[in-house]
Amino acid sequence: MTKRQLWLRFIAHLDPMLLLGLALLMLTSLLILFSASDGSWLRVAAQGGNILVALVLMWVVANLPLHYLMRTAMPIYLLGMILLLGVLTPLGVNSHGATRWLNIGVATIQPSELMKIGVPLMMAWYFEKHEATLTWKNYLVAAGLLLVPVGLIARQPDLGTALLISASGFYVLFLAGLSWRIIGGMVVAGLASAPVLWTMLHDYQKHRIEMLFDPSQDALGKGYHTIQGMIAVGSGGLLGKGYMAGTQTHLDFLPERTTDFIFAVYSEEFGLLGNFILLCMYLFVIARGFMITGSASTYFTRLMAGSITLTFATYAFVNMGMVSGILPVVGVPLPLISYGGTSMLTLLLGFGMLMSIETHQKLNKS
Amino acid sequence: MKRHVELKNHLREIFHFRLRLAVSIGFTLVLLAILLLRFVYLQVVRHDYYQTLAESNRISIVPIVPNRGLILDRNGIEMAHNYSGYTLEITPGKVANIEATIDELATLVIIAPKDRKRFKKLLAESHNLESVMIRNRLSDEEVARFAAQQYRFPGVEIKARLLRDYPYADKAAHLIGYIGRINETDVDQLEENDLAANYRGSDYIGKTGLEQSYESELHGTTGIEQVEVDSGGRAVRLLSRTPPVSGNTLVLSIDAKLQEIAEQAFGNYRGALVAIDPSNGEVLAFISKPGYDPSLFIDGIDPQSWDELNNSPDHPLNNRALRGQYPSGSTIKPFMALAGLFYNIRSPERAISDPGYYTLPGSSHQYRDWKKGGHGMVDMFKSIVVSCDTYYYGLATELGIDNIYNFLSRFGFGKKTGIDLDGETSGLLPSQEWKMKRYHQKWYAGDTVSVGIGQGYSLVTPMQLAYATATLANNGVGYRPHLVREIRSPRSGESRMITVPPEADLHLNPEHLDLVKRAMVAVTQPGGTAVAASLGASYHIAGKTGTAQVVGMKQGEKYDASKIDERHRDHAWFIAFAPAEQPRIALVVLAENGGHGGGTAAPIARKVMDYYLLGKIPTPLPDTAESEDAPHD
Repeated sequence: MTKRQLWLRFIAHLDPMLLLGLALLMLTSLLILFSASDGSWLRVAAQGGNILVALVLMWVVANLPLHYLMRTAMPIYLLGMILLLGVLTPLGVNSHGATRWLNIGVATIQPSELMKIGVPLMMAWYFEKHEATLTWKNYLVAAGLLLVPVGLIARQPDLGTALLISASGFYVLFLAGLSWRIIGGMVVAGLASAPVLWTMLHDYQKHRIEMLFDPSQDALGKGYHTIQGMIAVGSGGLLGKGYMAGTQTHLDFLPERTTDFIFAVYSEEFGLLGNFILLCMYLFVIARGFMITGSASTYFTRLMAGSITLTFATYAFVNMGMVSGILPVVGVPLPLISYGGTSMLTLLLGFGMLMSIETHQKLNKS
Repeated sequence: MKRHVELKNHLREIFHFRLRLAVSIGFTLVLLAILLLRFVYLQVVRHDYYQTLAESNRISIVPIVPNRGLILDRNGIEMAHNYSGYTLEITPGKVANIEATIDELATLVIIAPKDRKRFKKLLAESHNLESVMIRNRLSDEEVARFAAQQYRFPGVEIKARLLRDYPYADKAAHLIGYIGRINETDVDQLEENDLAANYRGSDYIGKTGLEQSYESELHGTTGIEQVEVDSGGRAVRLLSRTPPVSGNTLVLSIDAKLQEIAEQAFGNYRGALVAIDPSNGEVLAFISKPGYDPSLFIDGIDPQSWDELNNSPDHPLNNRALRGQYPSGSTIKPFMALAGLFYNIRSPERAISDPGYYTLPGSSHQYRDWKKGGHGMVDMFKSIVVSCDTYYYGLATELGIDNIYNFLSRFGFGKKTGIDLDGETSGLLPSQEWKMKRYHQKWYAGDTVSVGIGQGYSLVTPMQLAYATATLANNGVGYRPHLVREIRSPRSGESRMITVPPEADLHLNPEHLDLVKRAMVAVTQPGGTAVAASLGASYHIAGKTGTAQVVGMKQGEKYDASKIDERHRDHAWFIAFAPAEQPRIALVVLAENGGHGGGTAAPIARKVMDYYLLGKIPTPLPDTAESEDAPHD
């Protein structure tokens, strides 16, 4: 094989449009991380490493044939369930009043991260398997596949992750054709049970929701994150304070500014114009995701591609909504921008699947 | 067929899925639109609000306390100044066990029980997170010792502060006053007067004396530093600086040397002295004996010292010159004589026969003269020279209380002189109206008799008597007494001279004045009651002695100083001005329980006048370093 052939082989399963969108967001991540970390090249290099590792994973997944992907659904889901149950054993690691981690000897891992992919994958696989004979019972079973791990995660407690996995699972149910009547019924039931759920929440969870409505009641305590985030965004104005010139960022007023609150840094320094550009970048990736979803040839791939895209959009919305004060503070990073290896891996795993879905069926057709 | 159905189903499925996908896209667009709207709201609509919040987040305003103004005497000698010194301070929030920390500190620096007591008091008063002083005036050695061990004491630090010092200490305490820590009452007052902003960062405020009455001049204008801070409140960068403006310098009319000499002339007597330049009302010396050390009060007096001062039978905290109210005794007689002449009740020549007592017509009650057997034939001149009581009993009766009240009030009796110190009392010049108001009784003829010799209801303050004496010396033209003659701005260098217009010209007949003044000169000559005052003097002194009764005498009882408890002895007065022909100094001396004015008070006055007029230093007097400087003429 010539070099060119090798190269063609190498990029065969990469989707150029999607890759372009991801690359723009990742470069933005490195750029803003440099500012958020007060000019730390170390932090930027570490994130660069995270990105590289995640890209390798994405390439591997993109090159996996679809049937192979499907075959992983059951094992990943079961492994995730075992690990989630493992958290309940003495191997679970408690930190800050929540038991979310599992000590596996060499490292501590967070099983709920695995389930972000594992749950929709399992549900899509299940629907694919029963595609021909779908009845309401199948939806019930699928809902069960979703609710059991979600319940386990919620009682860790990790309400944010539980809700986000619920969302990605719900997207599968929705795309699989869950009846509008049942969706309507769920909305009504959800609203009706809100007061009951409220009493079941932990105090800190209640606090976060209360803060959303009036962050000033505890400006130096629980409301601090929200207030400082809103100040950063609001004071950014139309064009922002300029790169590396955000006062909220560089004078240490913003908490968690390289991770969950990195959007505040971006927004303070680049203003409304920057936010608009960022939204466009996200929209570009999401649009490409929906295009892939639309042209996906099998039931499984349609459900999977749709769920991955919608979940990605949800993460972006929840993080930016939280920083700008329209959603409670939940521990959700800004996808592809926030510093952190785990979320980068999970996201690119998803995008690898999208690319696999897109490229393998093209090959099939041709 | 089956295949056809399957295909149809498949197409329907695709259609349904495409529908769901369209809904998903719509949902996503709605989410993004919500975010965009939120950003527009925060970054455009509410931008100014969040901009302000971000600014106030990062900008902290740090007050810079101005240097307090100096207080100088008329010759530029410092009577209150600042020096930088070190204090040891504890921030209570950062120290777990304060008691143990103080015990530990006591091994490095001297911490007296009174320091601990003061610390407790300050700690109780402090209402924020600021540091509280445990020791002030640390020696360099103590600073070094603590600095080496500082790592052991988190929350304890040495601070360099500008401290106030009063070089004349107790010699001028009642005059200069002192500053003290701002308390809640002060805060309320400042807020009421809209001055709180200028006192941000200030710890001290004038509490008494000139420090209090000229607070607005002395404090200065607080400067402002705008600094950028991080979320921990640490200053990162200086943004702007408005320098503070130091307080103005007060230049007093007081002659510090004269003040010192006067203070020492009292010896062990308690009392007061006020010396005034009669030509303009400038106060040259202002003594209340005993004094106290004003620096004790600056950082809150410790309870022990407070008890000592407050419970002392000498009442050192009482400003006798300003607030002490005493019967004027015979010092009122020159003014009574002028009243007699003014209302044409007595001609100078008319003499009365003094049998040693006076009785009101139709009464047998005897008002006794101080001299048993009387002074024989007494005219007005002699009445002053020998201080004949009988003469003034009759004169007062003939004048009547209304005339006495009207005339004496023009000399400032019964009202505040308006000197530039707070807390002055107004004495008491009785009148018919006053007695009705106070006692619901009508005025009796007998009441008037004692007023004639400065007893009875009447009370004066040394300040008042000094003003009246200066007015008499200046031929009836009085000036409001004042201590500050010049206010200098240390920044611009410009100065304001304080001159006061004459209060009133009493339009006294020069002949009347001449008679009274001549008689007052004779008082200090052989045959007068204050011979001691002018013995060997090279200038003429006009004076008048007085004796204020502390305990009343029963009819027929004899006053015998030797038999009376010292604190019940009469107070000795002496008023004087000199040179009699062209007075440059008028003064009043009160020696509490000093007995007769001529014996104790007059010599004190003489020393003061000798120094002021001749530059003569009385012997013995320590601290004569500046004795060559004849400060006047």
